[in-house]
Amino acid sequence: MKNMRGTIGTIVGCALILIWCLLPVAWIISLSFKSQEAVTVGSPGFFPSDGGGAGWHNYSDVLQDEQFRRAIFNSIGISLIATVLSVALATLAAYAIARLEFAGKKFVLTTALVIAMFPVVSLVGPLFDMWRTFGIYDTWPGLIIPYMSFTLPLAIWTLSAFFREIPWEMEQAAQVDGATSWQAFRRVIVPLAAPGVFTAAILTFFFAWNDFVFGISLTSTENARPIPAALSFFVGADPFNRPASLLAAGAVVATVPIVVLVLFFQRKIVAGLTAGAVKG
Amino acid sequence: MAAIEMKNIVKKYGDGFPAVNDVSIDVADGEFMILVGPSGCGKSTLLRMIVGLEDITSGDMLIGGERVNDLAPRDRNLSMVFQNYALYPHLTVYENIAFPLRLAKWKDKDIDEKVREASKTLDLDEHLQRRPANLSGGQRQRVAMGRAIVRDAKAFLFDEPLSNLDAKLRGQMRTEIARLQKRLGITTVYVTHDQTEAMTLGDRVAVMKRGELQQLATPRELYEQPVNIFVAGFIGSPPMNFLPATVEGNEVTLPFGTFTLPAEKAERTAGKGLLMAGVRPEHFEDVSVAGAGSVDESRTFTAHIDVREWLGDQQYAYVPYEAEADVQGQLKELAREVDSDSLRTQLVVSLDAASQIKEDDDATLSIDTDKMHLFDPATGENLTVGL
Repeated sequence: MKNMRGTIGTIVGCALILIWCLLPVAWIISLSFKSQEAVTVGSPGFFPSDGGGAGWHNYSDVLQDEQFRRAIFNSIGISLIATVLSVALATLAAYAIARLEFAGKKFVLTTALVIAMFPVVSLVGPLFDMWRTFGIYDTWPGLIIPYMSFTLPLAIWTLSAFFREIPWEMEQAAQVDGATSWQAFRRVIVPLAAPGVFTAAILTFFFAWNDFVFGISLTSTENARPIPAALSFFVGADPFNRPASLLAAGAVVATVPIVVLVLFFQRKIVAGLTAGAVKG
Repeated sequence: MAAIEMKNIVKKYGDGFPAVNDVSIDVADGEFMILVGPSGCGKSTLLRMIVGLEDITSGDMLIGGERVNDLAPRDRNLSMVFQNYALYPHLTVYENIAFPLRLAKWKDKDIDEKVREASKTLDLDEHLQRRPANLSGGQRQRVAMGRAIVRDAKAFLFDEPLSNLDAKLRGQMRTEIARLQKRLGITTVYVTHDQTEAMTLGDRVAVMKRGELQQLATPRELYEQPVNIFVAGFIGSPPMNFLPATVEGNEVTLPFGTFTLPAEKAERTAGKGLLMAGVRPEHFEDVSVAGAGSVDESRTFTAHIDVREWLGDQQYAYVPYEAEADVQGQLKELAREVDSDSLRTQLVVSLDAASQIKEDDDATLSIDTDKMHLFDPATGENLTVGL
């Protein structure tokens, strides 16, 4: 009886949380299938009213828009490059922090944390000036660099925690088996830390993909403007009457890569991969 | 295959504490050498210095006549089985065993041949495609051994390889390791704190205490001729009994009475004041079993049996006795050194299984003073070694 009540409680709880989280997403999707006229007139229902549906029309409009396609390309490119660079650097740094004793180790970790806590907005002004002087304003590197500096700390902390979990004997066994330090790292430690690497990669990608402040401040053309910024410039024909349904379709398209990415990497983040390495 | 020579090896950590202090051991080609001692005695550190995972502070480490102090582990060509096996969890059993060969860039065909040979030796054929996480403790242990034997290493190093197995499996694997080592004839250094493993596996055994080598000898010699009170107390289960003793003339006085001592032993120990006598449990016997006539009257005493443990093939009886405070302190200290606890001063005697002695009763026991050792309580040195 008690067990039964517990199960029901769990289900109700889960349902509440799901509704809370997914309602806005569902509403955006609903909006993206309504025609512009229906939205302007006011169409309060979840499902489009008669004649108010737009079918896939909004989506094809969005995808045919050159500016939008360009923004998607920018976002994917910038986020991927920032993620790869950030995770690669963080892996090496985290390994050193977890395994080696060196002067200034505490300093590196503390600095990383301080950077992560720094308010993003406060850096926009200086970066704007600097980037114009360096000539990387409105370019991919101009966004990749700040993304990396804000995601590296998180990636380093995540990964060093993972590296610390790996028994040191693994590496020593590899060395006795004839591996150089690099081979031991590449063939034993990195595969074992894979869940950590993927976690760090996803977090980094999220940050870069969702960033709006840098995206809108450090770009001026579609040369490097990422999706969140591009959506805010998406005004359509009438500047006083923003195309809400088109924007909704754009937002859905912008969300798709993230969802795909999470579903893909979720399988890689298998907890307990190190089980069986040692006794137990 | 190669001999391993350790010359005056010292290992000091940052705080200046010598974990291994001036240890010299020669392991002959093909020999099975055991390093044994209580925890913290430096035996594992010494093994890790042989394999190169630990720097050597001073002294020379020679493998096959070549000084290897400054060589990285991969250049020493030794194979090692770790206490927790250290298998690679992301690789199958096959790839775990093949790992050293892959690193050495062997051809796939040769690797396959070698791996299959090793897996056959260790009875792992049906597990080759499984991952370590899905194996039992004993199987993991065999995979770790497979990884060690698959390449032609100069020597095997074992770091307490059986300590994570249950008692039954430990016995089986012990025999297996002995058989494998005999067949491959490869130099082996084996660290353990289990004295059954030490006594049964080793050609020779090195007993260590607090970083220093105490005695390096065959198991039999360690048991019968321990050089000091530490080795005497560490080797043997149940351990040797230590009793306060004084020798006057040809007689030794123990808490239970005065007994005659062989002339040679008496000569070396007479008039030296309070000594420690060491008598193994099996050097006592129940007089009623031996038959009254066959026992020398001067070597018998009456004791109050406190507890009796009957094991089928033999039985142990416990005889408490009173000792002076300083003797008790010394026995406690000794017990701590060999990693055990002594709650009370008592005599453990091993009796014939046929003995009908009852608990909480008096019995007449005989003591074999020929086999008795006498130790200097201050230095711990065995005064009667070799007799």
